[in-house]
Amino acid sequence: MRAPAAATERRRRIVDRVMTGLTLGAILVAVLPLASVLGYVVLQGASALNWAFFTHLPAPVGEAGGGMANAMAGTLTLIGLAACVGVPVGVLGGLFLAEAGGGPWGWWIRFTADVLNGIPSIVIGVFVYTLVVVPMKRFSALAGGLALGIIMIPLVMRTTEEMVRLVPLAIREASLALGIPWWVTTLRITLRTATAGVITGVMLAVARIGGETAPLLFTAFNNQFWQSRLDQPIASLTVQLYNYAIAPYDDWHRQAWAGALVLMAITLILNVAARVAGRQRVAGGR
Amino acid sequence: MSFHFRTGSRAGALLPPPAPYRPRRWADGAFRSLLTAFGLSVILLVAWIAVDLVGAALPAIRRFGPAFLWTSRWDPVHGIFGALPFVYGTVASSILALAIGVPISLGVAIFLAEISPGRASVVLSFMVELLAAIPSVILGLWGIFVLAPWVRTSVEPALSAAFGWLPLFRGPAYGIGLLAAGLVLGIMVIPIISSVSRDVLRAVPQEQREAMYALGATRWEVIRHAVLPYGRAGIIGAVILGFGRAFGETMAVTMVIGNRPQIVPSLFQPAYTIAAALANEFSEATSDLHLSALVEMALVLFAVSLLINAAARWLVSRVMRA
Repeated sequence: MRAPAAATERRRRIVDRVMTGLTLGAILVAVLPLASVLGYVVLQGASALNWAFFTHLPAPVGEAGGGMANAMAGTLTLIGLAACVGVPVGVLGGLFLAEAGGGPWGWWIRFTADVLNGIPSIVIGVFVYTLVVVPMKRFSALAGGLALGIIMIPLVMRTTEEMVRLVPLAIREASLALGIPWWVTTLRITLRTATAGVITGVMLAVARIGGETAPLLFTAFNNQFWQSRLDQPIASLTVQLYNYAIAPYDDWHRQAWAGALVLMAITLILNVAARVAGRQRVAGGR
Repeated sequence: MSFHFRTGSRAGALLPPPAPYRPRRWADGAFRSLLTAFGLSVILLVAWIAVDLVGAALPAIRRFGPAFLWTSRWDPVHGIFGALPFVYGTVASSILALAIGVPISLGVAIFLAEISPGRASVVLSFMVELLAAIPSVILGLWGIFVLAPWVRTSVEPALSAAFGWLPLFRGPAYGIGLLAAGLVLGIMVIPIISSVSRDVLRAVPQEQREAMYALGATRWEVIRHAVLPYGRAGIIGAVILGFGRAFGETMAVTMVIGNRPQIVPSLFQPAYTIAAALANEFSEATSDLHLSALVEMALVLFAVSLLINAAARWLVSRVMRA
């Protein structure tokens, strides 16, 4: 027997409401862990954070206090080394994709960049280990920087491509019409117009590699002291945080939360800044 | 740089063909080659990674053959290596992550693409993407001190009370274990699955929806019968990408899965993944064979991530191109 039309109508409307409600629920469930992580990191981290954290070396087990000054310097060093690899390769490769990447090679490079982006970062660490650490016979900042640099390449490349593509064709044509060669036009007109966008992409890539731990475990390794030589093991915020988190000491757990707060703050600032800069650029382009 | 303009010095003479422009074309060609070289370096790099990993894994491949993947004795002391417990832990935790993450991600994608008004959608999209920006070591820290205790005291007792007749939910509640790893990974796959699916749903032509609305359908019926089927291939691609993300995730998993190489039915028990084994054992591998076996596991991760990305890109591009 068929249900009366009115009842069917009502059932359909109820199903519609329920499903809409479920999708809203999904959003809440997805945002909940974000709120919880941020909340705990801020609460636990703020109570553990003090000035010594930024200026002192790690304290030995059982001794309260100490900081992660060397680890923060280490992370900055590693990011600098990574940028030496990731920025030139990424930007020039991205320029190729945007300006000359229409053919089958462009397709393959785009595809491979996406694949490289999807390769687990620990595998990159293994690659750099066999490539650099084994011949050098020791862990080093150079190896860690190279691993992070490789991870950076596809990120910078794809954002550079997108940003350069946004530059209006008319600007290129105007430059070429003045008799300026293509290569000068590309570097000094096209790329310069897209500079803000490219920097945004680099910032996002830095935010990503700054939070990487896995590829550093057996490339840069760790160090409890200051280290200025690049061919020696170097500390990083993330590896230090990991070691402290899995250790059984309460003092170290507090340090780990403080480190998490610093790392989280840097990551969020970079992400939000990149987002805001990106929106301004798009709005300005319209 | 210099421009070699030839001005007509002799009045009345025709200008010669613009030979002086040649150096510029040469420079353009060189610059183009330079850009091409940097672009191609990515392909070279991935090929290099493959060759390098195969080379370093060769001793283990020669010694154990394909049985490496389905034997389960991992014994560095006696030099016998079988990766099955790690493969099992990796696959099980990834599947668990999808079971938790996919329904939530689809709900998020549908809400963002079909239901929410523009401005709210922008803010919520950003928040979900921020989830992806949390460094995984911080998620692991949160997993150890917040999630795992909650799983031990609330989730596992509740599950075993309700579904205790299933071997999956039997045994003592540890907190740290496969279930905690699945939860953390589930959180980590939400951003990628939901953002790719959202883009796929947005790429569905408006006519699909209008035709369905014209038949008097409710919004849910439009989504269910006109939008989702159209984007099916792309959504499957998004889920595969999520699997790839979960498969190779290292830090957060290492910190909450318990790191015990065993294959047991209970989700409450500790397990071990390939990536976690690499993180824990690589820098203190005792013998060359041990190291080679670990590299072979990295090679497995590499090969699987290659396949996953190829398949997913193909599926997503099928929808987005249309």
